[in-house]
Amino acid sequence: MHVVARLGPRDDLIAIDRVFLHERTGSVALKSLAAVGRPVADPARAFAVTDHIVDTRFGRTGTLVPGGGAFLAATREECAKAGIRLFDVNDPDQGIVHVISPELGVVLPGATLVCPDSHTCTQGAFGALAWGIGSTEAEHALATGTLRMTRPKTMRVTFTGALQPGVTPKDMMLALLSAHGAGGGKGHAVEFAGDAVAALDIEGRLTLCNMATEFAAMTGFVAPDAKVFDYLMGRRYAPTGEEWDAAVAAWRDLRSDQGAVFDREIVIDAGAIAPMVSWGTSPEDSLPVDAAVPDAKPAALAYMGVTPGRRLAGTRIDAAFIGSCTNSRVGDLRRAAALVKGRHVAPGVTAIVVPGSMAVKRAAEAEGLDRIFIDAGFEWRMSGCALCFYAGGPGLAPGARVISSTNRNFEGRQGPGVRTHLASPETVAASAIAGTIADPRELAA
Amino acid sequence: MTAFPPVPLVEGVAAPLIRDNVDTDAIIPSREIKGVGKTGLASGLFAGWRYTEGRKPDPDFVLNDPHYAHAPILLGGANFGCGSSREHAVWALHEYGVRAVIAPSFAPIFAGNCVRNGIIPVVLDAATIAWLGHKVTIDLLAQTVESGDVTAHFVIDPEAKAMLAEGLDAIALTMKQADAIAAFHARDRVARPWIYLERTS
Ligand code: SF4
Repeated sequence: MHVVARLGPRDDLIAIDRVFLHERTGSVALKSLAAVGRPVADPARAFAVTDHIVDTRFGRTGTLVPGGGAFLAATREECAKAGIRLFDVNDPDQGIVHVISPELGVVLPGATLVCPDSHTCTQGAFGALAWGIGSTEAEHALATGTLRMTRPKTMRVTFTGALQPGVTPKDMMLALLSAHGAGGGKGHAVEFAGDAVAALDIEGRLTLCNMATEFAAMTGFVAPDAKVFDYLMGRRYAPTGEEWDAAVAAWRDLRSDQGAVFDREIVIDAGAIAPMVSWGTSPEDSLPVDAAVPDAKPAALAYMGVTPGRRLAGTRIDAAFIGSCTNSRVGDLRRAAALVKGRHVAPGVTAIVVPGSMAVKRAAEAEGLDRIFIDAGFEWRMSGCALCFYAGGPGLAPGARVISSTNRNFEGRQGPGVRTHLASPETVAASAIAGTIADPRELAA
Repeated sequence: MTAFPPVPLVEGVAAPLIRDNVDTDAIIPSREIKGVGKTGLASGLFAGWRYTEGRKPDPDFVLNDPHYAHAPILLGGANFGCGSSREHAVWALHEYGVRAVIAPSFAPIFAGNCVRNGIIPVVLDAATIAWLGHKVTIDLLAQTVESGDVTAHFVIDPEAKAMLAEGLDAIALTMKQADAIAAFHARDRVARPWIYLERTS
């Protein structure tokens, strides 16, 4: 559908329907294009946001990252020159790119959407082909409205059955990564399917597709269904009137054919998945919260300061973070708030909640979730990527152990020497209360 | 227009950094990215591993070994370049002098970024990589890697090969298809009008 021209047996020039940029990489692409005098082909279909390095404290004006001001300034200047709609720090619709793109109806089923950011695959939850590219590829997409690409291989990951209570899409992905490795999806476009996926709401599917990049997949997606159409109806950039009807009719045909053949198939019993926590420095280093740390990867064990044979549950933590494009939507916050309500964060633990967008923040506040978190001793902030990655400036102390609803636990990802344990928002919330890595099912009981 | 110096052949020292899942945060930590551009990054390359506290070179890190300093070739482990899409990782490698990375597998965005910036991503199995010596020759046109008495063949996508060998600028290449792009849009506006947006202020 998107092939503009064939370039080779497996290579095509394909049309790109949407480009989304953020200040950290998009600024570089726009500046570099401008420097050679190449215009943006269709600025109306390009969008930009400041999310990565913006301050998330109340009363923010810009960034606390040393040198970060230049990225904000370049983004503003180049977006203004090119005529690209920018959702800047104080825009009511500001937020993490992969959170606001769905909220605004920028991503649509069947559309191709690229962003110079590896978690662009998140938006595959809408049945879009959405994937992360480099800055130079982003220049290509902006200047030509196309990309040159090799057709990816296909994989279907089927989650059968139903999730147990207290188990979430985050746990599904950590279970997949631990079973099949961080390189398991390499070069594939991965369709997530099965009863446990169909049962997920849009937010859950976003979490699932978000971590397709941790699986080394080119992208992840879920076939669009009525939940997707209901979500998108009335969103700002979604079609309206007759165009909406025509679009929905076209989107209904976007399912893989019955009996479609995939290059690879993986089947996982969703009912057998437990709340998962990572113990090492790759997301594949994950295990059920009540299991023992394996005797493997000495460098990872040393960096993380964890002991083989010991359970992760009970390990003392210094910080707990709920946020990021993986798990910062209102449902994530609602479920975490239900666990912390009427309880208090353990002494000595820094606990922070950063809503994924200003719209999420408003929705959460309308339900009183902010009060629940604040009363429990959490810090409640403005939206952005925040503690998901460390770009310089204020941050966690070296050696700090943080349980985090984010997607990456690489060495130094959340700051030099910082030890990251990935988990669901529920597990982060339960751990913040316990002061140690904790099983959310015990707190809920 | 060439985008970068062509790399039909890379010859020189190969520095072993044989770890799986070397991620782009490790290749260039975000805090080392200080300017809105593609330069000034080499000093931040592998900063977390290369420097001890106080930014002293860590003698245990391979590139601080005088035998391997500014090696044009890196030997890596599986899933090399995973993580963030930041192209700064590739720009930092290139500025440092790296022109090829040999690894059992690459993260897809990283491999694409290499091709667009004059670094050859060479896929060889781990056992072959283990056999490579201090000096390695990569002949892109012949698709071979030679070192001592080892000669290995590698596979690379023809378009990637052409771009690297000639330093081709992909945008200029695509611009030649302007008619096909215009024709596509004319058809697509009828088929999927909802994709096309009015310019908002
Ligand atoms: S929240 Fe984290 S993973 Fe998501 S876009 Fe921001 S920095 Fe990247």
